[in-house]
Amino acid sequence: MLEVRDLEVAFGPVAPLSGVSFSLEKGETLGIVGESGSGKSLTAMSVMGLLPLSGGRITAGSIMFDGQDLTNLPEPAYRKLRGGRLGLITQNPMTSLDPLQKIGPQVDAVARLHLGMNASEARARTVEILGTLRIPEPGTICNRYPHQMSGGMKQRIVIAMALAADPDVLVADEPTTALDVTVQAQIIRLLDDLVKERDLSLVLITHDMSVVAQTCDKVVVMYAGRAIEHGPVEAIFDAPQHPYTQALIGCIPKGLSDDEHLTGIPGTVPNVLNYPKGCPFHPRCTQAKEICATDVPAFVQHGNGQAACHFPGAPQ
Amino acid sequence: MLWRYIFFRVLMLIPVSFSISVVIFMIVHLLPGDPIDNLIRVGSSPDDRAALITKYGLDQPLAIQYLRWIGAMFQGDFGEAIVLRRPVADLIAQNLPYSLALGGLAFAFSSIVGIILGTISATTRSKIVEQFMRGFILLGSTVPGFWLALLMILFFAVQLQWFPVSGAGGWSALVLPVLTIGFGGVALVARVTRVALLDVKREDFVMLLHAKGLPSYKILFGHLMPHALLPVVTILALRIGWILGGAVTVEFVFGRPGLGSLLIRALGQRDYPVVQGCLLMLALAVMLGTLIGDVAQAAMDPRIREAKT
Ligand SMILES: Nc1ncnc2c1ncn2[C@@H]1O[C@H](COP(=O)(O)OP(=O)(O)O)[C@@H](O)[C@H]1O
Ligand SMILES: [Mg+2]
Repeated sequence: MLEVRDLEVAFGPVAPLSGVSFSLEKGETLGIVGESGSGKSLTAMSVMGLLPLSGGRITAGSIMFDGQDLTNLPEPAYRKLRGGRLGLITQNPMTSLDPLQKIGPQVDAVARLHLGMNASEARARTVEILGTLRIPEPGTICNRYPHQMSGGMKQRIVIAMALAADPDVLVADEPTTALDVTVQAQIIRLLDDLVKERDLSLVLITHDMSVVAQTCDKVVVMYAGRAIEHGPVEAIFDAPQHPYTQALIGCIPKGLSDDEHLTGIPGTVPNVLNYPKGCPFHPRCTQAKEICATDVPAFVQHGNGQAACHFPGAPQ
Repeated sequence: MLWRYIFFRVLMLIPVSFSISVVIFMIVHLLPGDPIDNLIRVGSSPDDRAALITKYGLDQPLAIQYLRWIGAMFQGDFGEAIVLRRPVADLIAQNLPYSLALGGLAFAFSSIVGIILGTISATTRSKIVEQFMRGFILLGSTVPGFWLALLMILFFAVQLQWFPVSGAGGWSALVLPVLTIGFGGVALVARVTRVALLDVKREDFVMLLHAKGLPSYKILFGHLMPHALLPVVTILALRIGWILGGAVTVEFVFGRPGLGSLLIRALGQRDYPVVQGCLLMLALAVMLGTLIGDVAQAAMDPRIREAKT
């Protein structure tokens, strides 16, 4: 359905994203996971063809969707896909709706544009979709303004817009990061149900490994603009090969014991302007040897997964 | 909801207009000398003096005097001009249409052209057009009105003789003054439109509009413009009052009558009843302008509608 190969993105002279590959079948959920700044959003924008908005450009690689390469798709054709067969859900529902317009017209616009519906047909569809997303009183919600609704409600509206034209692929860029913890679980469950009911393909971007473990079939781990490990979720969780993946999994809270505290990975993700040479993770890696600072590791196969590490599988 | 907002907004005008009118009323009392000397022409007979004292109740307490004065205003009695020896209301009625014509046209010209130019400069992909617009905006916000007026008179009126050099006869006499006042206004409105558009373009929801597959023109006219017009409406509203009274230099250069000129002349001649009348009209225009601006904003933005009621 969707296959990304060796994607590279540049903003002028800097290339914050390179060598990102993954594939996604119908009905599958792919997790893209990594700390903030690792290139997850850029990957999402690339798939949606929205990089030009921020001045970025795809400089290498391909994005195959249903047999056509999106990287050289002309804008009018891309526009048909966006909101039509490709839906996007963004991070911050507080700012993702037009504050001057009522909810109804903002959702209606998708069905009118992509399904050729007239105003009343589109509204009927909007009400129906809001209903399936478990939004109470969808009819009255249509006449509300965004600022009159909670964050979780707004995120459901954003999901409704993404679903309105019955897309094949849904790209959700940290859809729960900005929400209350209790609402987070609801939204994730909602997305999971949608994938099953509608046979959707979902790209679920998150920095939370536990979300990946719950919902995804496959996972791509990203660090400093690169994919450093990918494979089926069970394989990756059973035997993470890359020390970064191991560290991310180590961050998941295990239980509810009192003395447990959330652990982070020491250090920070490097800035685009000084991505390290060699393995991008080596400055923070507990297993790093000399070669890690000089040579970029190639992907090594392990079971059904691959990891870009000179010493894969080394215990932390 | 909007009606509620308008109701409270108009209610708020009462204290504002009260304090403004008190200040204007106090002018003749705060000036040095007996107020009666400020209100009567030199060499009037004692009878005239006595008549005026009874009319304004100058022997009464200030509060009573104010009430009489404002009461007369409400009945259209603005008093008698000292120098011109005519009712102030007549003078205002005579000059106001000129100000309204000039101000109204200049206002329409600067809003329409300014919004169009600002939109073009914020959306064009052509570097040349963008540079040109920036230059124009800079020029328009720095060139003084009277200088531009003189330049235009020299070129269009004296050299080309397309328009009259001065006076207020007919539509053709309006062209140069409207252009002069409008030029600065166009630049201002264009600049505000441009900045506001560039700002709102960066907002998250705009990315999501693109993600819905909306074509750029629909995003521009359906979503970006309504946002960009909010600050534009604010400055336009402030200009409504300004344009009526602030056209003094331009009226002067073109030898046009108008409220601004009337006020300046009255100030020079210490014709205080006229000064008071003109100031009241201008204050009224400013208040109406901000009222219209606020209501327009509330009509456009549901958040404002709710916040203030
Ligand atoms: N418009 C841009 N111009 C230059 N660099 C950018 C731009 N957008 C993102 N980047 C860089 O790309 C890297 C990845 O960003 P992003 O994809 O937003 O990360 P994530 O979504 O994983 O937090 C960051 O280092 C960021 O600085
Ligand atoms: Mg991000």
